[in-house]
Amino acid sequence: MEHRALKPDADTREHLVVVGNGMAGCRAVEELLARDPARYRVTIFGAEPRVNYNRIMLSPVLAGEKCFDDIVINDAGWYADNGIALVAGDPVAAIDRAAKTVTTRSGLVESYDRLLIATGSDPFIIPVPGKDLPGVIAFRDMDDVDTMLAAADAGGDAVVIGGGLLGLEAAHGLSLRGMKVTVIHLMPTLMERQLDEAAGWLLKNALEARGQTILTGADTAEIIGTGKVEGVRLKDGTLIPASLVVMAVGIRPSVALARDAGLAVGRGIQVDDHMVTSDPAVLAVGECVEHDGQVYGLVAPLWDMCRSLADGLVEQHSGYRGSVTSTKLKVSGIDVFSAGDFSAGDGCEDIVLRDASRGVYKRVIVKDDRIVGAVLYGDTADGGWYFDLLKRQEDVSDLRDLLIFGQAFAAGGGAADPKAAVAALSDDAEICGCNGVTKGQVVSCIAKGAHSLDAVRGTCKASASCGSCTGLVENLLALTLGDDVQSGPKTMCKCTSFGHDDVRREIVAQGMRSIPEVMQKLHWTTPDGCSSCRPALNYYLLCALPGDYVDDQQSRFVNERLHANIQKDGTYSVVPRMWGGLTNPTELRAIADVVEKYNAPMVKVTGGQRLDIFGIKKEDLPAVWADLNAAGMVSGHAYGKALRTVKTCVGSEWCRFGTQDSTGLGVKLERMSWGSWMPHKFKIAVSGCPRNCAEATIKDFGVVCVDSGYELHVGGNGGIHVRATDLLCKVATEQEAMDYCAAFIQLYREEARYLERTAPWIERVGLDYVKAHIVEDDTGREALRARFLYSQSFSQHDPWAQRAEGAEAEHHAPMARFTPQKEIA
Amino acid sequence: MTTTADWLDIGWLDQIPARGSRTVQVEGGDDIAVFRTAEGKVFALLDRCPHKHGRLSQGIVHGGAVACPLHNWRISLATGEALGDDKGCTPTVPVKIDGGRVLICRASTIKAAA
Repeated sequence: MEHRALKPDADTREHLVVVGNGMAGCRAVEELLARDPARYRVTIFGAEPRVNYNRIMLSPVLAGEKCFDDIVINDAGWYADNGIALVAGDPVAAIDRAAKTVTTRSGLVESYDRLLIATGSDPFIIPVPGKDLPGVIAFRDMDDVDTMLAAADAGGDAVVIGGGLLGLEAAHGLSLRGMKVTVIHLMPTLMERQLDEAAGWLLKNALEARGQTILTGADTAEIIGTGKVEGVRLKDGTLIPASLVVMAVGIRPSVALARDAGLAVGRGIQVDDHMVTSDPAVLAVGECVEHDGQVYGLVAPLWDMCRSLADGLVEQHSGYRGSVTSTKLKVSGIDVFSAGDFSAGDGCEDIVLRDASRGVYKRVIVKDDRIVGAVLYGDTADGGWYFDLLKRQEDVSDLRDLLIFGQAFAAGGGAADPKAAVAALSDDAEICGCNGVTKGQVVSCIAKGAHSLDAVRGTCKASASCGSCTGLVENLLALTLGDDVQSGPKTMCKCTSFGHDDVRREIVAQGMRSIPEVMQKLHWTTPDGCSSCRPALNYYLLCALPGDYVDDQQSRFVNERLHANIQKDGTYSVVPRMWGGLTNPTELRAIADVVEKYNAPMVKVTGGQRLDIFGIKKEDLPAVWADLNAAGMVSGHAYGKALRTVKTCVGSEWCRFGTQDSTGLGVKLERMSWGSWMPHKFKIAVSGCPRNCAEATIKDFGVVCVDSGYELHVGGNGGIHVRATDLLCKVATEQEAMDYCAAFIQLYREEARYLERTAPWIERVGLDYVKAHIVEDDTGREALRARFLYSQSFSQHDPWAQRAEGAEAEHHAPMARFTPQKEIA
Repeated sequence: MTTTADWLDIGWLDQIPARGSRTVQVEGGDDIAVFRTAEGKVFALLDRCPHKHGRLSQGIVHGGAVACPLHNWRISLATGEALGDDKGCTPTVPVKIDGGRVLICRASTIKAAA
């Protein structure tokens, strides 16, 4: 891809050419734009054929926690919006300092007034035989991740050479992806540059417990294989099979371009405090530079460098003074933090806390009453505080006795108050290490109107990457906004100042009959609401006015409008109802015929004992439903905030343990309750004995049959937060079980907030409240049951049949079709 | 389909429900989603959310925006830009009403099919 940087004739600005489209290059441009957006015309050259992304987040991509889109820092819109020309996938191959031009690999020549080199670093490949075999890779860019993911798909053994930060993150990701991983580390303990022996040992144990093989003190002799990698042989003769070898033994500043151009190069490209190289027209920043004898391979120094560089470019020189670095390992579930110097030297004193049973190890190194280093394992909450004290060179003699217990104790509180801890941080304390955002920047972004976590993430990017600082950002929101975020009822959405309960009460009290009327009378701030409040209002009106309210299709989520479940490719899945999980040859034949006739690529048995037909096109839905209807099947409502399924076991009819006819009761319950709209989806199960094969105790309403009757359970959930049901009561007859179920559903329909499942609803109102209405109040229960059955008399019409007969055809057919070829002909 | 050099006639305005949308199928390309707001304004976008390519035509139309059915991104009908804190843009297709008929830009539609 070749984009010639266009220079309008009128553009007489100096031309800044940036070599490197990575974190340093783009951050430097961001800092420059923040200071003076108009000063330079900017062109960025990148070796990779993609936009600027967060390289340190490649590990979560490998681990499957993020996708590439999640780690993009600046998308194509950023380049366009700021008038930056991007040449991606065509790296700069040479610099001519005399002519002030750069030449790319494809031969593109671009002249510059100022040149910024941000080429980063190259992975170090250990010079052993076999290092060039296919299947031997580094872990540096998105292509490497793609290679690893492809290898992981094939399964098998992987060897990671290098037990440092990057190597362990690669090993973790590959292990999560199902490969059998061996880590080969030359040194006696893992991450020896960041961790002391004790923490390294704890880390090794934790990784081994997760199934990785960790070989320390292991020296690679050769990589073997014919045509592709097959294994790694150690110097002691051990042979480890591998279909993938990842070399993560270190990085070297990428200096070839600068050296060829005759710039002063030591370990890195040598720069002064303003990131200027030996040529005043050429700057350099990031991992490729050497400043004051130091090279850096972590992200934090880069933010400092970019600030100094941008200050220099707009002639407000500040000067870079070097960075103190800290490290966090991004392996989920294993918390490791390290900062500063922990190699005990003269005059250094160690303060150590070990809590073996919790797997916690903390070590703070103090010299002349100042913190010079910290190593934390297992509990890293105070990492930021220690790092802040370290960077500010604070005198800690007064805190010393309590220092190791963390900020909350040292501050005298005793009990940990996370808000106080955040409040005590200085303005330049770093909150988000991934994006280099300080406390001061977060606070100012909140002050400018970012009043939610999402808004903060969207503006200053704090906590938008690995998310480990989310708690800190939330505390800053609470601290900065105080009661403004905390107090007041939670409103339905941004369109109203009323909460769900207020709106429902007013709908009934004022006898409101339509969504526009509710919006008018309750002073909605938007003309026609939003995608949060409209479906809620539609449901509340439907529930309040059974048989009377005209459902507003445009306020339904797509699944409820199309009576099928939208899938990520835009096709739909279709689940016909099978009462109580029972089926028969006619139904199965009809389903099989539909699958073949409409080329459905997948059929799946669901958790609720139904068959789910995938990959049906929107246009084909009515015909599919007609075919299913013909075999006697109706909509399974697998798409709705409605009764989903009644799951059953075979019960007393077949099972030697069965105490009651659980299948028969399940069918009756489903016949009674199908088609009813609810605040959220609703699942029922009936088990024929306490062995509970139908898993009734994680359902919204569960029946467990016993010899003497029926135990009724409510408020269970098998989703993100598993919640076992509460026992509502025990009843003697099947009819009572049905009646209590109807009453419970109606109480939930009338009182829960839209999108609130029974589990959180019961936790909010309390089981006693539910018992008082369903168990202890016979009249109330009977009234609830009667209201439910009345409502059901209007809702048990198969929506599929109506659509199959041609109703609302516009939902399924395109308005027009257009064939470009015919047009041209 | 009636066409001119510049515009494609796709049908009557009242075929599109208020606060709803219809699609124009483009062979070999993404569908075009044609929206009609509560106020009666008509907009057309490529039927593809910039986030994960959800079908915007299936979303809830509110004010001058549509909420994508997949992850609830809000997309401006006028500009195709993601609203709020999300970033991304869906191509727009010029549209006009003439005598109750809805016309969409021929060149943009062909481009969408490319």
